[in-house]
Amino acid sequence: MLRTPVDHRDDDAPGSFGRFGGRYVAETLMPVVLELEAGWNAAWADPDFRSDVARMLACWAGRPSALSPAPRLAQALGTAARVWLKREDLNHTGSHKINNCVGQVLLAQRLGKRRIIAETGAGQHGVATATVCAKLGLPCVVYMGAVDVARQQLNVLRMQMLGATVVPVEAGSATLKDAINEALRDWVAHPHDTHYVIGSVMGPHPYPTMVRELQRIIGAEVRHQLHAEVGKAPDALVACVGGGSNAMGLFAEFVADATVALFGVEAAGCGLHDRHAATMARGSEGVYHGMRSRVLQDDDGQLLEAHSISAGLDYPGVGPEHAWLHECGRARYLAVDDAAALAAALQLARSEGILPALESAHAFAALPEVLATLGFDRGRGEGRDVVVNLSGRGDKDMPTFAAQLLARPETP
Amino acid sequence: MSSDRIAAAFARAASERRAALVAYLTAYDGGFEHSLSCLLAAIDAGADVIELGVPFSDPSADGPTICAAMVRAREHGATLTHVLSLLAQLRAQRDTPVVLFGYANPLLRRGATRFADDARAAGADGVLVVDLPPESAAILREPVRAAGLHWIGLVAPTTSAARCELVARGASGFLYAITRAGTTGTALAEADSDEDAALRRQLALVRAATRLPVVAGFGVRTPEHVARLAPHAEGVVVGSALVEAALAGPSVLGASVRALREATAR
Ligand SMILES: Cc1ncc(COP(=O)(O)O)c(C=O)c1O
Repeated sequence: MLRTPVDHRDDDAPGSFGRFGGRYVAETLMPVVLELEAGWNAAWADPDFRSDVARMLACWAGRPSALSPAPRLAQALGTAARVWLKREDLNHTGSHKINNCVGQVLLAQRLGKRRIIAETGAGQHGVATATVCAKLGLPCVVYMGAVDVARQQLNVLRMQMLGATVVPVEAGSATLKDAINEALRDWVAHPHDTHYVIGSVMGPHPYPTMVRELQRIIGAEVRHQLHAEVGKAPDALVACVGGGSNAMGLFAEFVADATVALFGVEAAGCGLHDRHAATMARGSEGVYHGMRSRVLQDDDGQLLEAHSISAGLDYPGVGPEHAWLHECGRARYLAVDDAAALAAALQLARSEGILPALESAHAFAALPEVLATLGFDRGRGEGRDVVVNLSGRGDKDMPTFAAQLLARPETP
Repeated sequence: MSSDRIAAAFARAASERRAALVAYLTAYDGGFEHSLSCLLAAIDAGADVIELGVPFSDPSADGPTICAAMVRAREHGATLTHVLSLLAQLRAQRDTPVVLFGYANPLLRRGATRFADDARAAGADGVLVVDLPPESAAILREPVRAAGLHWIGLVAPTTSAARCELVARGASGFLYAITRAGTTGTALAEADSDEDAALRRQLALVRAATRLPVVAGFGVRTPEHVARLAPHAEGVVVGSALVEAALAGPSVLGASVRALREATAR
């Protein structure tokens, strides 16, 4: 069997990825997190629980999601490789976030929790959590930075319509990191009856592992679907990285297969020398939000405010498994700025008829560099396959598109 | 440890048949001068132990009062280096034990060993880190203890008997029993027999696990609260209420501390 450095990750302690990961939470939450770990391990080993998750994803959330060929996009990019889109935008609620929420809320129910809380950036995770809670009849409180409440109004209305309480958070930068702080404060005050549905592969163990396993279905479907289409595995996978859940969901199935190149794409915001959210390119090791990972911080260990036009990538940390994949060189991380993401969204809309979420647009904006790195640019790459995770649809971003793109006279 | 100021403070309080008053203040709140005068005022009004909060950008276990204090402190430019020089100034003038109270990242960012040595040199007596539970604490706990400082353990209402032992094993100086699940500043009920019974159960678990002095805190705001907790613990912690009093200046803070101290009889 092929050994990659990642095979050794559980040698140290559960939930550690090399030096990264672990559990750095207040003592009040420690017993809760340990209980969650035991509950998750038991549930995931239980075929009944797994079939409940699978059924709900199939009958209600619309899985499997399509794998669409994107020939006009490939042509526009000047590659002979086949470009495929993993259509997480077609899931119920419009993104990959639902995969994780179905699993975690069913788990919370199994553990007897009576109340659900979540943080949200773009609002997609909040909407997905509120949706599953409505379906299963559980009360739901979603914390959301006030800046994000303003730029993702549509999703706030969706959550409210689904019966969730949306709490705007004014503290700090009033974005995703502050929403997480506030959710942690709620959890520490309600440790017994509340489950905190973290929306990405981040936080204390077991979250990074649990969320990866719940998102693994993305890559597992890709493996089957691509095999049915072309009889082979993909040559490269590309996904945007905020906390990193859609990327880990796509990668997990292929990490041990060294012939598959992995590319994560972070938000360079206004540029790497300006305000950005590029934790891999510009971050350093730190302990934050329950995990040891890479973070954007100053010399004093204070967190810096991230910036991205995309609310879902606007976070100064990243999941610990990504920090590890980055460090051991198994995955490569690129950064693209706000303007490139907007342009890529427009290009995808006009070449393939799909409006992507601004988060997902970052993955597309990195394609020229990905293809060049692989030697699939300038008409090369015949017979090769590149899969891009289209993690969500763009409806929620219409106000931003309207202000940034359509208002500009040079946009046709 | 050559002279254990923490042990001495608890011994003195015990000999006076009272609980030690442990006063939390966020370092640098109001800037260097204001913060130093408040610390001196608290000590001179009878605080037995100081918990000196190290400002952090993301204090996710703190409530609105201490969060706001950390924002103010950082607006005054507070860094760990500034906090340590504030402590050194305080140490030059008073012998009261000081525990640095904070979040892991700023301390680890300095380098665990360098932080421990610098804290020792500045005159700290102990370190308490909110987000380093015993399973994850070794990286900082070992250098801190090697530098001759106490590693203060933290137990919560959710902490089981087995975990109390785990916490106690790595701790010295005293154990801090958080008496309520919640962020700092959540007020204790005025008089609540359920809460008192839960508190007694919790403290019994802690006592079974340790011989260290136990201090109780979280939501303690008034002399009445102190009087309720004092019979059950060797020390009582007051935080947010003092941070609020300090906003009105050292003399208001001093008056609050004096009133709380008068309620510590056991
Ligand atoms: C559509 C979409 N993609 C990606 C992300 C980023 O999260 P992650 O990196 O965990 O996939 C978000 C987060 O809100 C999102 O809504």
